[in-house]
Amino acid sequence: MSPRPDVSPDGAHLHRFSRAERWAHRSTAALMGVCVVTAAFLYVPVLAELVGRRTLVVTVHEWAGIALPVPVLAALGSRALRADLGLLNRFGPHDRRWLAAALRRDKRPSSRPAHKFNAGQKLYASWSAGATLVMLGTGLMMWQTHLVPLQWRVGATFVHDWLALTLGVVLAGHIGMAMADPEARHGMRTGWVARSWARREHPLWEAETRWETEKSSS
Amino acid sequence: MGRRVFLGTLALGAVGVAAGPHLQRGVEAFLGGASELDPSGLTGLLPNGGGFRYYTVTSSVPHKDENTYRLTVDGLVDRPRSYTLADLRALPQTRMVRDVQCVTGWRVPSTPFEGVRLSHLLDAAGVHPSAGAVHFTCFDGAYTESLTMEQARRADVLVALRMQDKDIGHTHGGPVRLYVAPMYFYKSAKWLLGITVTEKVQPGYWEERGYDIDAWVGRSNGRDDEPTA
Repeated sequence: MSPRPDVSPDGAHLHRFSRAERWAHRSTAALMGVCVVTAAFLYVPVLAELVGRRTLVVTVHEWAGIALPVPVLAALGSRALRADLGLLNRFGPHDRRWLAAALRRDKRPSSRPAHKFNAGQKLYASWSAGATLVMLGTGLMMWQTHLVPLQWRVGATFVHDWLALTLGVVLAGHIGMAMADPEARHGMRTGWVARSWARREHPLWEAETRWETEKSSS
Repeated sequence: MGRRVFLGTLALGAVGVAAGPHLQRGVEAFLGGASELDPSGLTGLLPNGGGFRYYTVTSSVPHKDENTYRLTVDGLVDRPRSYTLADLRALPQTRMVRDVQCVTGWRVPSTPFEGVRLSHLLDAAGVHPSAGAVHFTCFDGAYTESLTMEQARRADVLVALRMQDKDIGHTHGGPVRLYVAPMYFYKSAKWLLGITVTEKVQPGYWEERGYDIDAWVGRSNGRDDEPTA
């Protein structure tokens, strides 16, 4: 079992993210932001004309890309992150219900049961981790031109370009959803979320703390 | 399950790399057709959507026009001189239609270029027997290029004034750019400022950063594109 969430003394707040996790998220977001902005400078003609300095922009893009996995790898030393990765990896029957409701555009909390992470967040985490590594691998093939034969490089360029576009759209979705949910952002900023929010968004997770509170008070 | 999604994404990426060349041709064909029906030009922004991409190595490039533009020819020559745009237009013009191939992979089919043969300017200047190469400088202040004398004298190497049957605009390297038809497009230096005849080849901007000096399309830079000339 995963460690049960810590509860604030007044019982109104739950601990959602450790300091290491928040810093890993912050650093990854910053590096990803640099990658996206420099990519736009290299790729969109209007912006390329505006910025120029191709050698510099390429260098920044390459090193930001190389560094992208570093924060999460460094934070693997944190038990909280490892526990959360375990939760993200595990799909239960409630995740199937959550996904079915999402596909039906059923937004009622009662039809979207979720533990600490809902099924959408689990898919996003796994997919974006994989996609980031694919971007890193294909990027390396384009950067170190003597590493692999030409045919691979053509394929790498193709994958890098199209996956960049896909990642951009998915990332915009991730940011858009965060913008629409101040309490979720508060959780990532401070580590704590309101119990009322958790009961609505992550009822199975919130229930574990109630069970614990009841047990300890009895 | 999450691990499976993660590994599946990685596997798809690998398949994409392996199948990329085939997929790319398919996407190019599809988008090529779509862009003809697309008045917004947005398909041009998609990967493999066709068209030119804008590359410059500096932060900003001065604009030059009719009054301010001068092209100088100097170095190991008997008669160094400078040309105005009007001077260049008064010389015999050559028009060629070839594909443009960039070393990063994009290709623009059948693009007309028009201008003065470089060999014409070299003959007019009177090249010394000791000369073995030609060096080009650009008014962006950073870019340089070079050709051997033999390459520079080819009939398909132009000092271009027009591209796609229009005067070359600033973003495409106007008012005057080099056009080296048989080589990757980085040889076709934009914003051409000076032509200096030298003894030996001096590597150009990208060549000091790893690109091949003899940049024949399909036979250099580890690429096997269809030759353009």
